[in-house]
Amino acid sequence: MFRLEVRTSTPAWFNLALPLLAVGATLVLCSGLIALAGAGVLEAYGVMFTASFGDSYAITETLVRAAPIIFTGLAVAVAFRAKFWNIGAEGQLLAGAVASCFVGAIPMPGVLAILLMAIAGAAAGAAVALVPATLRVKFKVDDVVSSLLLNSVIYYALMALIEGPWKDSFSGYPISPPIEDSASFPVLLEGTRLHLGVIAALIAAPLIWFLIVRTTLGFRIRVTGESPEAARYGGIHVERVLISTALLSGALAGLAGVGEVGGVHFQVMSDISPGYGYSGIVVAMLARLNPLGVVPAAIFLAAVMTGAEAMSRATGVPAFLSDVIQGTALLAMLVALLFTAYRIRRVGAAA
Amino acid sequence: MSAPLIEMRGITKSFGAVKANEGVNLSVAPGEILGLLGENGAGKTTLMNVLFGAYAPDAGEILIQGKPVRITSSADALAAGIGMVHQHFHLAPRLSVLENLLIGIPGRSGGIDRAGGLARLSDISRRHGLTLDPDLPVSALSVGEQQRLEIVKALFRGARLLILDEPTAVLAPSEVDGLFSALRSMAAQGLGIIFISHKLNEVRALTHRCTVLRHGRVAGRVDDPANTTSAAMAELMCGHEIVPPARGPSTPGAEVLTLDGISTSRHSGTPLRDISLAVRAGEILGIAGVSGNGQRALAEVISGTRSPDAGRMTIAGKAVTRFSPREVQALGLGRIPEDRMTTGLVTNLPLADSMVLPRIGTAAFSSKGLLKPDAIRAFAEEQIKAYDIRCPGPMTRAGALSGGNLQKALLARELAFDPKVLIVSQPTRGLDIGAARFIHEKFLDMRAKGCGIIVIGEDLEELLVLCDRIAVMYEGRIAGTLDSADATIARLGLLMTGAEGRA
Repeated sequence: MFRLEVRTSTPAWFNLALPLLAVGATLVLCSGLIALAGAGVLEAYGVMFTASFGDSYAITETLVRAAPIIFTGLAVAVAFRAKFWNIGAEGQLLAGAVASCFVGAIPMPGVLAILLMAIAGAAAGAAVALVPATLRVKFKVDDVVSSLLLNSVIYYALMALIEGPWKDSFSGYPISPPIEDSASFPVLLEGTRLHLGVIAALIAAPLIWFLIVRTTLGFRIRVTGESPEAARYGGIHVERVLISTALLSGALAGLAGVGEVGGVHFQVMSDISPGYGYSGIVVAMLARLNPLGVVPAAIFLAAVMTGAEAMSRATGVPAFLSDVIQGTALLAMLVALLFTAYRIRRVGAAA
Repeated sequence: MSAPLIEMRGITKSFGAVKANEGVNLSVAPGEILGLLGENGAGKTTLMNVLFGAYAPDAGEILIQGKPVRITSSADALAAGIGMVHQHFHLAPRLSVLENLLIGIPGRSGGIDRAGGLARLSDISRRHGLTLDPDLPVSALSVGEQQRLEIVKALFRGARLLILDEPTAVLAPSEVDGLFSALRSMAAQGLGIIFISHKLNEVRALTHRCTVLRHGRVAGRVDDPANTTSAAMAELMCGHEIVPPARGPSTPGAEVLTLDGISTSRHSGTPLRDISLAVRAGEILGIAGVSGNGQRALAEVISGTRSPDAGRMTIAGKAVTRFSPREVQALGLGRIPEDRMTTGLVTNLPLADSMVLPRIGTAAFSSKGLLKPDAIRAFAEEQIKAYDIRCPGPMTRAGALSGGNLQKALLARELAFDPKVLIVSQPTRGLDIGAARFIHEKFLDMRAKGCGIIVIGEDLEELLVLCDRIAVMYEGRIAGTLDSADATIARLGLLMTGAEGRA
C-alpha cells in the first residue's frame, strides 16, 4: 500500500525534474492512442521529432510556432503569480491581432507601423484583461469564469467583424483586409518565416523574469499572489497590483496576436489562433510559472503541433493527437505538482 | 488502578538525523487526565501523531488495554478508540453540526441515519454538558463551539481516549472553564484524556499526572500537578530555571500614540465606539478583554489597515490622515499582527521576503523600482543572527519556521527600524516558555529605550507581568483602565464582563 505524506521541503532539482517527468508520462500515455490508430509508436514519435527539429528549416518553423505560445505562456505565468486567474489569453490574443491589423493596414513607414502595431495590440490585450480584473477587484466576480467566457465574446465579435464590415472586399472568404507590405515584420533568415516577433518573444522571457524576480512590482505580484492578507498588512495595494498584473498579462497575450498578424498571416481570419491562449496555460504550468521555463515549454508544445501534422501525413494518425498531448501534458503536470507538496511513502499492508 | 487504557513503550521516531522521539514511555489509565508538557520541538506533536497513526514509529509499541496494536492510519486509531482534537479544526463549514458528525458514518441502506445521529448527539450532550444545536451550520459556530463539536465528534465515533492539542489557545477565559468541566466529566465516566498545553496554570488546575518531554525524551513526570509549582514544571521543560522578567520602575515620557474619539462601523466583528487612549514613551499599555470586544478593529485602526469613521489619531505628535500601513509606519509605528502565519508572513516565500515586506519600497531595499537583493539578504541574515532565529538561512520558506522563530522574525523586522511606538496583538500565543520569555525581554528593553508599547492580549497573567497600565475593552469601548499596581485578575475580570467603573 502507498500513502501520501506531507513534505517539509521541496528539493530544488524538482523544478526541472517534474516537467520532464510530466512530458515523459504524457508521451507514454499517448503512445496507446498511436498504437490504437494502427501506427508504430516509435515511428510516429520519430516522424514528429524529425518534422519539428530534423533540419534548420524545421527548427525555424517550430520557433515561429513557439513565439505566440511564449507570449501567452508569459501572460499566464505573470497572472498566475499574482493568483489572477487569467484564462482569457486566447481572447486577449485575438484582440491584439485585430488591433494590430487595423493599425498595420494604415499606410505609414515600416518601423513606425511595426511599433504602433505592437502598442495597439498590447493595449487591446490589456484592455480585454482589464475586464475580468476590474470585475474581480470591484465586485468579487470569479476571474476564472469571467476571463474564460470573455474569450467567446471576443471570438464571435471578431467573426462578426470579418464576416461583415471588416471583410476583405477582394476575397470571398471571411478574412480581414491585409496589412500594408511595409508593415510586415522583417524576416531574419532568408528562405524561412523566422520573423521579428520570434526574437521579441525570446527577449520578452528574460525581461519578464527580471521583472518578477528583481523589481518591486514583481515582489508585490509575488507577495499578493501568495498571501493577499500579508500583502495588505505590509502596505501593498493589493487591488492596484492585481490591476497592474492584469494589464501586463493582457498586453503580453496581445503581443502574441501582433506577431501572428505582422509575421505569419498578415491579416486576421477566424482561425488565426489554434488555441494558443489555452496552450499558454499548459506552458505556464509546465514552466512552474517561471518566465525562463516558458521558452522550452513553449518550444515543446510548438514541436508537438508541427510534428503532429507531419505524423498525420506519414502514418495516418489523426493530427488531433497534438491536442490530446497538450491536454495530457497539463494533467500530468498538475499531478506532478502534487509531489512538490507530498511524497509517496510505502506502508505495510493495513492491519 | 486498573490496567492502563493506553500505553506507549519505548517509542522512537527519527526524521533524518533528528530524533524527534527517543524511547518515550507514556500511559493513561481510564478516568485519568494526563498532561503532556514540553517546549515547541520537544516531540509532543510527533508522539501524538505516532499514537494517531500519522507516523509509523521506528521502534516501540503501543498497547491498548494491555494488548499490542498496530496503528497505521487515523482510521486505525479511531477504531482503537483514540480520538484527537487538533489545534486546527477539521470541519466542513457549510454542513450542519449533525452532518459533520455523520460524515463517513454510513447509515442503513447507505443513507444518513439522522434519527440515530440525533439520539447519540443528545446522549453525549447530556452526559458531558456539551450542548450543540444539531442543525446550525458549522460556519455559524464560535471557535469554542467548533472545538466542542470536534470533541463530540471524537466521542461520537466511540473514542475512549481523547487527545487535545493545545485546546485552550483558541478560547476566551470564560470558555476555558466550560471545556475543563466537560473534560472532568468525561474523565469521571472512565475516559482517558491527554491534554497538551504550554499554560502551566491550566495544566496544574486540570490534570491528574504529567509527562514532560524535552529534546524528544521523557525529562520527568509530575505525579501531583496541583501541588507542584509552575516554576518546578517549567524547569523540567526547559532544563534550567526560568526567572520571570523584572519590570523596573517606569519613567514615561511624552505621549507617542494618542487616539481621540475613534469609532468604526460597517465591518464584521465588533466596531469601536468612541475610543480614546494614549501611550507614552517608555510605557507598556495592555489592552485586555474577552476576545471579540473590538480588539481586532482597534489593532486594525492603529496598524493602518482600517480607517475610522470618526476620531483622531496621532503618532509621535503627528496626525494620522490616511490610515495606511505605509503612513503609520513612516510616522514611526512598529506593528506585529495577531495572526503570524497569514497576516504577518508569506509562508510560501523565503523568510527574507517577509522580513522586508513592509519596507520594500524604501531606499533600504529598493531604488527606482529595482530590488536590492544583496541588501535584502544581508538585512535578513543580520536579523537572523541578532535574534537567534533558528532556520537554515534567509532563503528558507517562512512557513517552515516554528511559531517562536516566526514571532522573533516579525519582532526583528519592526525593531530594526527603531519604532517610537509598537503595537502587538497576542504576542506569545502558542509560544513556549523560552520563546515567550525572549519576546517579553525585548519588550522591556524597548520600554527602557523609550519606546511606547501597546499589547493586546487575552492572557491576563502575561499582561499583569508586562504592562504599566491595563485598559479593558468591552463591546467596542474602553470599560476602564487600571494601573497594574492596582490591577488584579479579579478586578480585570469584572471590567471584562462589562461592569462599569473607573479605577
